[in-house]
Amino acid sequence: MSTQPATANATSEEEPLSLALSIDEEAAHSVIGDVPAESVMETFHLNVYYGGFHAVHDINLTFGKNEITALIGPSGCGKSTVLRCLNRMNDLVPGARVEGEISYHGQNIYAKGVDPIAVRQHIGMVFQKPNPFPKSIYDNIAYGPRVIGMKVDNMDDLVEEALRGAALWDEVKDKLKQSAYGLSGGQQQRLCIARTIATKPDVILMDEPCSALDPIATSKVEDLMLQLRDDYTIIVVTHNMQQAARVSDRTAFFTAKPDETTGNRTGLLVEFDRTKRLFSNPADQRTEDYISGRFG
Amino acid sequence: MTALTQPGPPSGAGPAPVLTARPRPGEAVIKACLMTAAAASVLVTAGILFAVVEPALEFFSRVPAGEFFTSDTDSPYAVYPLIVGTLLTTAIALTVAVPIGLGAAMYLSEYASKRARKWLKPTVELLAGVPSVVYGFFGVFFVIPVVLQGWLGLGISAYNPLGGGLVLGVMIIPTVASLAEDSLSAVPLALRQGSLAMGANRMQTTLRVVFPAALSGIAASAVLGISRAVGETMIVLMVCGSIKNMSLNPGEGHETMTGTIARTALGESPVESTEYKYLFAVALLLFAITFVMNMVSIAIVRRFRQAY
Amino acid sequence: MSSAATTAAAVTTSTLASGRSQDRDLRSLAFLGALWFSLFFGVAVLFALIVDTAISGAPRFDSALFTQYTQTFDPERAEALAATGRDPKDLSAAYTGFRSGIVGSIILMITTALLAIPLGVSAAVYLEEFASKTSRFSKVVEVNLQNLAAVPAVIYGMLAATLMAVVGVQRGIAIGGAVALALLILPVVIITTREALRSVPDEIRQGSLALGATVWQTTWRQTLPSAVPGISTGTILGLSRAIGEAAPLVMIGFGAINFAPEFPFVTSKIEAFPLEIFNAASDSKEVVQQAASAGIIVLLAMILGMNAVAIIIRNKFQRSW
Repeated sequence: MSTQPATANATSEEEPLSLALSIDEEAAHSVIGDVPAESVMETFHLNVYYGGFHAVHDINLTFGKNEITALIGPSGCGKSTVLRCLNRMNDLVPGARVEGEISYHGQNIYAKGVDPIAVRQHIGMVFQKPNPFPKSIYDNIAYGPRVIGMKVDNMDDLVEEALRGAALWDEVKDKLKQSAYGLSGGQQQRLCIARTIATKPDVILMDEPCSALDPIATSKVEDLMLQLRDDYTIIVVTHNMQQAARVSDRTAFFTAKPDETTGNRTGLLVEFDRTKRLFSNPADQRTEDYISGRFG
Repeated sequence: MTALTQPGPPSGAGPAPVLTARPRPGEAVIKACLMTAAAASVLVTAGILFAVVEPALEFFSRVPAGEFFTSDTDSPYAVYPLIVGTLLTTAIALTVAVPIGLGAAMYLSEYASKRARKWLKPTVELLAGVPSVVYGFFGVFFVIPVVLQGWLGLGISAYNPLGGGLVLGVMIIPTVASLAEDSLSAVPLALRQGSLAMGANRMQTTLRVVFPAALSGIAASAVLGISRAVGETMIVLMVCGSIKNMSLNPGEGHETMTGTIARTALGESPVESTEYKYLFAVALLLFAITFVMNMVSIAIVRRFRQAY
Repeated sequence: MSSAATTAAAVTTSTLASGRSQDRDLRSLAFLGALWFSLFFGVAVLFALIVDTAISGAPRFDSALFTQYTQTFDPERAEALAATGRDPKDLSAAYTGFRSGIVGSIILMITTALLAIPLGVSAAVYLEEFASKTSRFSKVVEVNLQNLAAVPAVIYGMLAATLMAVVGVQRGIAIGGAVALALLILPVVIITTREALRSVPDEIRQGSLALGATVWQTTWRQTLPSAVPGISTGTILGLSRAIGEAAPLVMIGFGAINFAPEFPFVTSKIEAFPLEIFNAASDSKEVVQQAASAGIIVLLAMILGMNAVAIIIRNKFQRSW
């Protein structure tokens, strides 16, 4: 099983499709609809491997400035893997290997000499489970600016700004010195968003940010996302199609294709388009099956 | 929001953000220091080997090996009698520690509630925290004269491996219990549920399902116990006696390997004398035995970890 | 035994429908009794040890135990007691105290902690937070640590003695003993620190890294502070083992010191408490053995106290994530 990623595109035309390829061209073909004019990040032929396992195959995506892009698809389709590549969090997974290119303002973030720490300072991330630090609310916010060595005139102001930005200020302004663990799940998640925007990133990645929250907390986070769109580029992974439809400008639909011999599932990009069009008039049958609930 | 005035990357257009690696000399120095600390543990092993092997070789250059590997108790450098003493003590210690340690492990793993275990486990481990000098004192002034000679009326000498082994056994109960409990807890819950579902009670489940499944780990705990017992010094120095003795009667006084080492070091022999070098030859043998025992224990543990 | 019998009798009258009757038959109860016996046998021995030693040491629970040096002769007291008609030679022994041992052990413990904690915690942090778990280096260090944990204490004494000879310092000084004890407890410190670091959830690390913190910043500001209770528990247990250890110190030439250590203490000749107890226990005079008994109770109080602190930290302060 040689799964040299480059070969997927380099397959010469005169040769019949090599059996050694785990992904056939037809399944791997993505429908790319309307692409944003002004982009912040792009992926080119992104392939991800965990050890010998091919997790994501040939993803080409463009993330528009001040847009919310949703990545949806059944579990195991590699949407979270793609998201974690975008700020090099996948570097932390032992055995993970990324091929292809991810361009951020025209720079390949996987190029030699690029510092993953610098990448993460520009591209923040909010996780599935709220993960506040075991510190006070104030220190949770102040931590990021401190560690990245941001010049801050007045930390109190910055904390307030960040908390206001995450629509959390009114709820916590009287207990800034209390432990973040005393907050509700939804508040904790908004604290994590506040923590991220305190470092003034450019892009915010969100990995199923509402999956651990109740409906009321979810709607608060969704409102916040729409509000943040004015200042940030947001890329959100969600398992919830309604959420993607409600908040996102564009949607990428992924699917998982099981390997016939090993059963390992490799993620593919099926369709990428404006959210409205993708939900109302999908170009690919698989997208239609998924959004109409026939599959996944 | 847009009032954020601090230098951050501008959204979208504007100068491209700098992503190149910033040199972080502090970070590199710290990482190097931490790595040195981790590597130091390997140096310790090398240091031990050097510290023991070098004088041991010096000993063998002065004394023929036949005078070392002999059961002749008249030879000042005979090691076989010491091995007999150590074996007797270790055997008795294991007779105490393995069943009791295993029993404690079974209770902790199969019967105790999570809350009870939180307090019971450290209580059992307390036994390993008692200094060996204290155990030795207890052996000399209580176990041998009061329990063995007094209550049980045994006609044994004042210092002997029987008493030494008994107290040593108590000391290594936690060693055995801890590893045995790990291996019992590692047995999948499904096996227990399967057994209970068939109408077996807890005792039957513990003895017939969990125990056999954890057997290799329990063996490893016994092997680790042996290595502890062989290396323990102050108890055997104080309790087992100082007579080189090939007899297999644990009631008679026996000199042991660690006992010889400590007694020679406490004595008046100059550091450069052959008597002093002798203790390194004994220590080398001791190190080899504990090393092999430990490797065996690690190998067994690794195998049972793989099984689940 | 009798309580087990009565419970068994009660069980025979209880109905089978109780559902737990399977676990209450005679054999099960006997088995459970055996397990209880195993669990508390050691504690019972420890209890007997403490009671027996405390009784024999009872006459010596006095301030002289702490303030006097080994077999110091206090002429004033001797005169006062000679009036009672006892041999003054014995009386000197009767005032045997463990001042040098207690002071020495405290110096030893502090020096040991200063050596073992930074080294052990650093090594653990490297292995847990920086090194790749699958790297050859990690594997070698891992097996090496397991081996070091099983090396007899007396051999650590030999290592320290050799180091002292190589450096060319005098035998019997504090730093030599501290090196031996620090190396002895190093595996314990490393292993418990690693466990404590491992129990800090990855989400915390990821949250910090995603903000652009470096691995070291994440370790220093997030992971280590969260692991402090676990690390302190392991370290205190390690130190409590070190303070009671006598065998390695024998190899370094620790011995009867009847004076206060000089500043700086680490290069001063010192005595260690457990070694002093060993010497007193080996003495033929009953009065000295009495002092040894009393000394043991003091040593046990110190060690059990440290263990109690460690357990309390573990059970109370350790965060359950």
